[in-house]
Amino acid sequence: MSARRAGLADRDGFLAWVMLLPSVIYILALVGVPFLLAVAFAFSDVTTGDPSYDFVGFGNFTAVFDDGVFWRSLWNTLLFTGCSMVLIVVFGKILANLLIADFHGKWLVRFLILLPWTTPVALSTISWLWFLDSIYSPVDWTLRHLGLIDQNVVWLGDPNTAMLSVILVQTWRLTPLAAVIVMAGLVAIPRDIDEAARIDGAGFWRRMFEVTIPLSLPVIAVAALFGAIMTFTDMTVSYVLTRGGPTHATDVLASWAYFRGIEGGDVGQGAAIALFLFPILLAGVVAILRAVRRLEAR
Amino acid sequence: MKTVEVRALVKTFDGHLRKRRGKADTVRALDGVDLAAGPGEYLVLLGPSGCGKTTLLRTIAGLERPTEGEVLIDGQVVNGLPPRVRQIAMVFQSYALYPHKTVMDNIVFPLRAEKAPKETRERKARWAAGLLEIEPLLGRKPRQLSGGERQRVALARALVRDPAVFLLDEPLSNLDAKMRATARDELKRFQQQIGTTTIYVTHDQAEAMGLGDRIAVLERGRVRQVGTPVEVYDDPADTFVATFIGSPPMNLVRRGDRLVGFRPEHLLPAESVPQDARITMTLQVERMEYLSGDRHVYGTVTGLGDATRVIARLPATLDTPITPGEPHEFAVPAGRLRFFDADAGTRAPAVPIGDR
Amino acid sequence: MTNEALRRRYARRHVAARCGLYAAAVLSALVCALPFLWSLVSAFKQNRDLYDPESNPFAFNEPATPDHVTFLFADTPFPTFVLNTLLVGGAVVLLTLALALPAAYSLARLNRPWGTPMGIAIFLVYLVPPSLLFLSLTRVVVALGLEDSLWSMIVVYPTITVPVSVWLLIGFLKAVPTDIEEQAMVDGHSRLGAFVRAVLPLVFPGLVAVVVFSFTLTASEFVYALAFVSSSPEMVVSTGVPTQLIRGDVFFWQSLQAATVVTAVPIAFLFNLFLDRFVTGFTMGAVKT
Repeated sequence: MSARRAGLADRDGFLAWVMLLPSVIYILALVGVPFLLAVAFAFSDVTTGDPSYDFVGFGNFTAVFDDGVFWRSLWNTLLFTGCSMVLIVVFGKILANLLIADFHGKWLVRFLILLPWTTPVALSTISWLWFLDSIYSPVDWTLRHLGLIDQNVVWLGDPNTAMLSVILVQTWRLTPLAAVIVMAGLVAIPRDIDEAARIDGAGFWRRMFEVTIPLSLPVIAVAALFGAIMTFTDMTVSYVLTRGGPTHATDVLASWAYFRGIEGGDVGQGAAIALFLFPILLAGVVAILRAVRRLEAR
Repeated sequence: MKTVEVRALVKTFDGHLRKRRGKADTVRALDGVDLAAGPGEYLVLLGPSGCGKTTLLRTIAGLERPTEGEVLIDGQVVNGLPPRVRQIAMVFQSYALYPHKTVMDNIVFPLRAEKAPKETRERKARWAAGLLEIEPLLGRKPRQLSGGERQRVALARALVRDPAVFLLDEPLSNLDAKMRATARDELKRFQQQIGTTTIYVTHDQAEAMGLGDRIAVLERGRVRQVGTPVEVYDDPADTFVATFIGSPPMNLVRRGDRLVGFRPEHLLPAESVPQDARITMTLQVERMEYLSGDRHVYGTVTGLGDATRVIARLPATLDTPITPGEPHEFAVPAGRLRFFDADAGTRAPAVPIGDR
Repeated sequence: MTNEALRRRYARRHVAARCGLYAAAVLSALVCALPFLWSLVSAFKQNRDLYDPESNPFAFNEPATPDHVTFLFADTPFPTFVLNTLLVGGAVVLLTLALALPAAYSLARLNRPWGTPMGIAIFLVYLVPPSLLFLSLTRVVVALGLEDSLWSMIVVYPTITVPVSVWLLIGFLKAVPTDIEEQAMVDGHSRLGAFVRAVLPLVFPGLVAVVVFSFTLTASEFVYALAFVSSSPEMVVSTGVPTQLIRGDVFFWQSLQAATVVTAVPIAFLFNLFLDRFVTGFTMGAVKT
């Protein structure tokens, strides 16, 4: 019998903490602390020019509430998130069905389908910027040549079409992610069950609505959760596509916080605006997670 | 009661499809299968894993498209028809119950798919549940059921469709050994009661012997033999069937260009075999096992052909003393010998073996 | 209906279903890739072709020219951006693995009672958005003296990649049978030794998937990069291209499009290679945690 005693490397409890601790400390330091700091900024008069901290109470919030742009961007955020989320889930489900189907050239199709998500969002949005250009847009060119319109729509110049464009680009960008998540759920359904339904005489639609969708609902909810959170907190699409314009028509909370806090230099107000993301986000996450748990408990 | 027939059935999986199923390269899962199940017959497909028996069942069900050949149900070619118009019912190895539906909803699912009116659905589901004695479970979810109960629910779901054919894919393999014996008995009684043509896939020879009117033994995508349990056991068509069926398997001793086969239970001490027509041989006894009263004697025979290790199974009623390490005279009734071609493995004409 | 007619009907239906599938595949691929395909065409167009509202935008009406692509590589800081992206991505991936792998092992295998809630908590961190944190993180970055430096991104990006990687790695680790570590421990390795010698080689494919995934996330990040770095030589592709290739309201369209395609294709390619593995990792993490 060797005389070696159990070293520290054998003690599970100790190891568990040592291995986990770096991540926990790191996350606390760079997510926890900044979060508290964000809360603190919201109650201060810190600006980029004058970083000294003075407590101003609810001053920033009052200022923000008095600003019509804030309410506009809050409404835009909700509209943007709601519409995109629904579209993302619906198209994500359809694409997921395609991703798991068997056909020739599947690899290429999968590659092309994934492009919108894997491309850095700033770059793909630039492609869209050019795609929706006021003069040279191929969309308008096609519509013109089909005789559907007389002159260009100027997608990003009109408040309504600008919002529509932002929503569609966001949907286009996140649908592949939702598709991959839903695909994971579909793959996890035992093949036997789908085959049993085929034997039992169920056609494509009955299988989809009575077997596949109920069984992958938890995963579909997760896809919706991702879509919602990434849309709710996203500013890239509206920042690059429209800079929040025309006249704040596509400003969302995140972009408005950015314009105020970084470009406008008013860190306090920017933080106050960004802070509004949190309770709504939290409520949404809790609601969806509870739904998922309920679905999984069935 | 319908017939099921397959003609010259070939099914290959190319590498692409196969990869997803966890294996590589092109595989001929079925390599020219001809087989027919008569009306009301209980046909068992028996073979080692990977022999193509499940693929054959799935092809009959319409879950796989045959590469070549035809599937006929009730004399009609059904190639290309989806499973739902083939009038078949299938019980999967995993039972494949819909986990989000209650037992009742599981059972009526096929009826809803064929748009049966509500009263019909109720009535048929109650009837099937009564037949399988699962009425108290109708409100439960599959996860609340035991393995045996799940199997009954799966059967009930298959039953309500009034199928022309039942296809069962190893329905007992997920049950523990004790349950299995009871369930086997129930399955047999149940089929006799319903009288529906049934094709049953298993790798368990005891199940095959116990359930089948006829057994089709498959190996590497080919049917090696079709016959009643007695035929398959007593008159194996080749050495594969001879050694696959029977536990312990048939002994094979090489003698010239023949393999001489005999079952362990026919190899008995010479004094217990009638003298008139027997082949004697010397068995150098190596060791013995006692299994449920029987004695399994392991040893090497000489005098019949090449010296070969064989097993003899002595029934509990024989109490001839046998000592490991010593030779003993054994004999096989001459009528119990089977002859195979040593190279091809197929049955071959008998060659005279004189008793010395 | 006779059997023959029935078979013909279902044969037709089968063909129709296949055609439908291919049509859906082609349509989805086109919708997803359309802006990129058009970018590809635009990138090689001459100015008078591109800037003519009447010319067919999908075809070359004048001979194609590689000038703008050459311009992108020779006369813009784009190569620097690419290099910076690779540097940041590589460093972040290493940092992520160093943090996430032990954490995932601890949560997946060491059977602490807090394992599951902690796993979920770490995953939820992924849902805390950059737009909520970038203001204060900018101050933190300034306080650390990292502004306008690649280091700011290297330090902060793991906040995004670590939670997802832990989640994925838990999935991969749980797929390795415990027997294997136990065998290694019986054979004389410590718990840690068993992890390094027996488990790590088995999750290597999963590690590769996590590397690719983290790199993709890093390359796509925009908000932090925009907030932390404003000097061109330290920018990465995702911020450098939109801010530096647009001078005021002068857009170098062809070069911009070329930059997009050049960046998008390799990442999507890499990601597609490992798609199936992400899907398994994601499901296993979800099912077994």
